[in-house]
Amino acid sequence: MSKQKKFICGDDAVAEGVRLARPHVISAYPITPQTITVERLAEYVEEGSLKAEYLHVESEHSALSCAIGVSSVGARAFTATSSQGLLYMAEALPYASGARLPIVMMNANRSIATPWNIYGDQMDAMFLLNSGWIQYYVEDAQEAMDMMIQAYRLAETKEVMTPVMVNIDGFVLTHTYELVEIPEQSLVDEFLPPISMPENSMSLESPKSLCISAGNDTNMEFNMKQHFDMLNSEYFIEAIDKEFGDKFGRYYNGMLEGINMDDAEIALITTGTVTGTTRVVLKKLRKEGKKVGLIKLRVLRPFPVEKLAEVLKGVKAVGVIDKNISFGYEGTVFTNVNSALSTMENMPKTMNFIGGIGGRDITKEDIEIAYEKLFEFLQGEKIERVQYMNVRCDY
Amino acid sequence: MLKLNAHTITNKEYFYGHKACGGCGESLALRHAMKILGENSFAALPAGCMAAVSFIYPNMAFTTNAMITPFAATASVASGIAAGLKALGIENTQTIGIAGDGGTADIGFQALSGAIDRNADIIFITTDNEAYMNTGIQKSGLTPYGTKTTTSPAGENLPGSITQKKNMFEIVAAHGITYAATASVGYIEDFLKKVQKAKDTKGTSYIQVFVPCPTGWGYPANETVSLAKAVVDSGLWYLAEYENGEFMLNKNPKEFTSAKDYLKKQSRFKHLNDADIEYIEEQRDKKWEIMRRKWNY
Repeated sequence: MSKQKKFICGDDAVAEGVRLARPHVISAYPITPQTITVERLAEYVEEGSLKAEYLHVESEHSALSCAIGVSSVGARAFTATSSQGLLYMAEALPYASGARLPIVMMNANRSIATPWNIYGDQMDAMFLLNSGWIQYYVEDAQEAMDMMIQAYRLAETKEVMTPVMVNIDGFVLTHTYELVEIPEQSLVDEFLPPISMPENSMSLESPKSLCISAGNDTNMEFNMKQHFDMLNSEYFIEAIDKEFGDKFGRYYNGMLEGINMDDAEIALITTGTVTGTTRVVLKKLRKEGKKVGLIKLRVLRPFPVEKLAEVLKGVKAVGVIDKNISFGYEGTVFTNVNSALSTMENMPKTMNFIGGIGGRDITKEDIEIAYEKLFEFLQGEKIERVQYMNVRCDY
Repeated sequence: MLKLNAHTITNKEYFYGHKACGGCGESLALRHAMKILGENSFAALPAGCMAAVSFIYPNMAFTTNAMITPFAATASVASGIAAGLKALGIENTQTIGIAGDGGTADIGFQALSGAIDRNADIIFITTDNEAYMNTGIQKSGLTPYGTKTTTSPAGENLPGSITQKKNMFEIVAAHGITYAATASVGYIEDFLKKVQKAKDTKGTSYIQVFVPCPTGWGYPANETVSLAKAVVDSGLWYLAEYENGEFMLNKNPKEFTSAKDYLKKQSRFKHLNDADIEYIEEQRDKKWEIMRRKWNY
């Protein structure tokens, strides 16, 4: 089988993945650095390589609301956003997840105003961790494309029926060109069958009322069902990734990927593109004989509590790189990781490295410093538990 | 077209068992509209009275497909439903958005404008009772001058609301919409005819129907229909259509009945003095002068 490869940017890769997933309706509103994706999709619809309705909505709030309407009748919906746009549609996110609508959305991670800035950090998606959406974070353009396909398969799994947000780091990934392997449509069609959701969609055969109100006698039960289905979706995330790997030859290790973790004494935890930079540093440090490891967190909701504790068994100190700040506290991933690790019998020491805010580069040197600080921390040196990478002011 | 009246309209009910107040004009409009729109309807309703009284688990008042939308998103959810049905090849359906005055003229305005711009194949029905009733009678963009609401109190310094009712009908028409109309539950046959016309229209149509609210306006529940007539007869509301780029007055009273009588039957206007009422009549007359000069009738 000849494999088709294209030299494209992350946004292009998302559009390729969406085209292969054959959505019925795309609701589109531009926002940097997501815009290329909806531009490509408009071109695909125009040229006929994607048979879909393309709705030019007047806002992000309507982009997601349209997708909610589309999904409520059992059609496959796609939309994409970023930053302020994600926050603008925030109100509609729990509508979609509460109604158990399997919408897939790409979010180009970008900083939040003010101060204004179009570059990438992960503040936007972290705001919405509690929205009831499954959240993937991807490392490169290939993974971005592949995860669009996996996301639909996961969202539409009967036991899951939960919308999925695929997070793509702004500019570093959305606008960076890489060689991406494009799978054959026929294989994707086998992997991702036509959408079928008769139980939770409106139809002429079985009319329904959706997005209902439920009083305090039943409301909590609706929320519990949603919560436990999301917790249980971890199984399907793993299984779908495995099946994807078997079919397309690319495995992403489901909830998280551990690299050099077998004998690691210290490890860094990353989400998104900073993983790639960290891989390079890791290789160098390993060559120097240092027992360092790396964990790429691929999914933040549901959170891989057991898998993370398992992979960190025997590790003495862990650093979490956070491209976000929860003002007045610490990095959000750090908070989540600490809670997960508290389930361990011998919990490693933990440190937080907050960086990349407003798109500031996290360099190989920054990451090497983080590993060094972890070693110092482990050796009992008195250093601040929350570190800020490459900051140019006193604080 | 079939003449629509009490004899010809279907006995089937598509909207019942809800918990609306006695005398509710809004549920009256909705019940009748659904009889025209029929069982293949997909209804989108935002937060508001009709959503609050109709989707209380496990009692659902719509026998057709229906869903609650985010407050701002009636028109966008509805256009998503229509697009989804089209993409799935499901034919002979009718998608409708049903929002109150706030859900249309205030928070839902942007999404409505976008849907009309896309010429989404939906009917948008505004049930206009001139304030936010579900939250307890607050001023909206469609609250007329001189209305006492809980956020526009009438007192020594202010006569209640001091802004004019936003002209949604003409704002919608200015989009170049395929079909738009105003109506009143006081003239139910006219309303039903317009719903039928909207149903037969491909693309977006808009109907703003005047629906008195006994709870919010302060009048006996059995006066809903007579007030909905009186508002039209006194010229404080009008029955009109916009089609093919032209406006048409459906009812052009030779003489208006008393605006004062209409106003004084409602506690929301009880405080108005003769000067206030004179001002309201002046505004009315100005509007009618323009309509009679520029519109067909």
